[in-house]
Amino acid sequence: MSSESNPVAALVWTFGLMSLFAVGGANSAIPEMHRAAVDVHHWLTDKQFADVFAISQLSPGPNVLIVTLIGYSVAGVAGALAATVAMCGPTALLAYYVSRFLDRSRDARWPAIIQAALVPLSIGLMAASGLIVTQTSDQSWIAVLITIVAAALAFATRINPLWMLLAGGLLGFAGVV
Amino acid sequence: MPPESPPVAAPAPDASAPSPPHQPGLLELFLAFAKMSLAGFGGVLVWARRSIVEQHRWMTAEEFNETFALCHFLPGPNIVNLSVVFGSRFRGVAGGLAAFAGLVGPPMVIATVLAALYARYGDIDVLRRTLAGVACAAVGLLFAVVLKMMMPLLKRRDVTGLVILAAVFVAIGLIRWPLQIVLLVAIPLSLAVTILTRRMVKA
Repeated sequence: MSSESNPVAALVWTFGLMSLFAVGGANSAIPEMHRAAVDVHHWLTDKQFADVFAISQLSPGPNVLIVTLIGYSVAGVAGALAATVAMCGPTALLAYYVSRFLDRSRDARWPAIIQAALVPLSIGLMAASGLIVTQTSDQSWIAVLITIVAAALAFATRINPLWMLLAGGLLGFAGVV
Repeated sequence: MPPESPPVAAPAPDASAPSPPHQPGLLELFLAFAKMSLAGFGGVLVWARRSIVEQHRWMTAEEFNETFALCHFLPGPNIVNLSVVFGSRFRGVAGGLAAFAGLVGPPMVIATVLAALYARYGDIDVLRRTLAGVACAAVGLLFAVVLKMMMPLLKRRDVTGLVILAAVFVAIGLIRWPLQIVLLVAIPLSLAVTILTRRMVKA
């Protein structure tokens, strides 16, 4: 594969393009990240992808930093930096120009319409993200149960999600999962 | 975790009270965004709102919602878009860069350190088990966000929206088609449906 010869270039190309298609944010792009990193480029195994997802959720900052972790595992610090800038840069540039354009035109109708049209898409993408990570991470009944309980608690209560992540980690540490 | 859900109203001191128009400097932008980013375990948005609207009063709640709506409809990480749009509004390109660097820089350093640790120790069984447990819970949180975002569609009985949602889920999650191809079909379709239904409601 030609991309293997220059992994940093492959990272930039993959995430730069993905950036512009990441409707609904980083969590919606997880299926595409999984497809690129596991299926297409074989940068990570399924298990490593689930691990990287877990680490990204545990660490502070925007969720997009999962690409930092993928980038690092491909090409070290250079890969981490390249993947992050590639995933954030193009869309940040786009946001800059669109906001300037809208400031001048003052027509607030179109953003509302486009947003309404994109909402079902981004929910569908996020649900697909959930499914894909579930298939890589939930290998036992207990694991599925933990997922369901965490989902129910986060949906119905205002408990800080960090506690649920820590509880999941403790159960894993204890060898229950 | 749920940075993509619309900003939830945090207990606010009266944000509509007139405040002196204060223009944040570059360093101030960098530090403010670094702070909210590092506080943002499980989603930066709530902290961004708290910092920008309530603490610094750089924007009113309405201005913030408008800016966020814009950043939400654009592709890419919403909060990253927000930092650039927000920073550039006050200090031009340099302001956008300062806010962006504050938001992404410090947590990126942390993520890189974690990645290095994982590369070295990731094979240790205890760590693998622990991370597997975290992943199970994290994906549960993701499903909770999905459910929360679906509730308005369900309440409105928005059948077309739900059909589009399901179709995207099947195409990406089950069939595993590439994102670009699915979106190139789904975005025009969803736009057309949205515009049509709005016309019908008006008529």
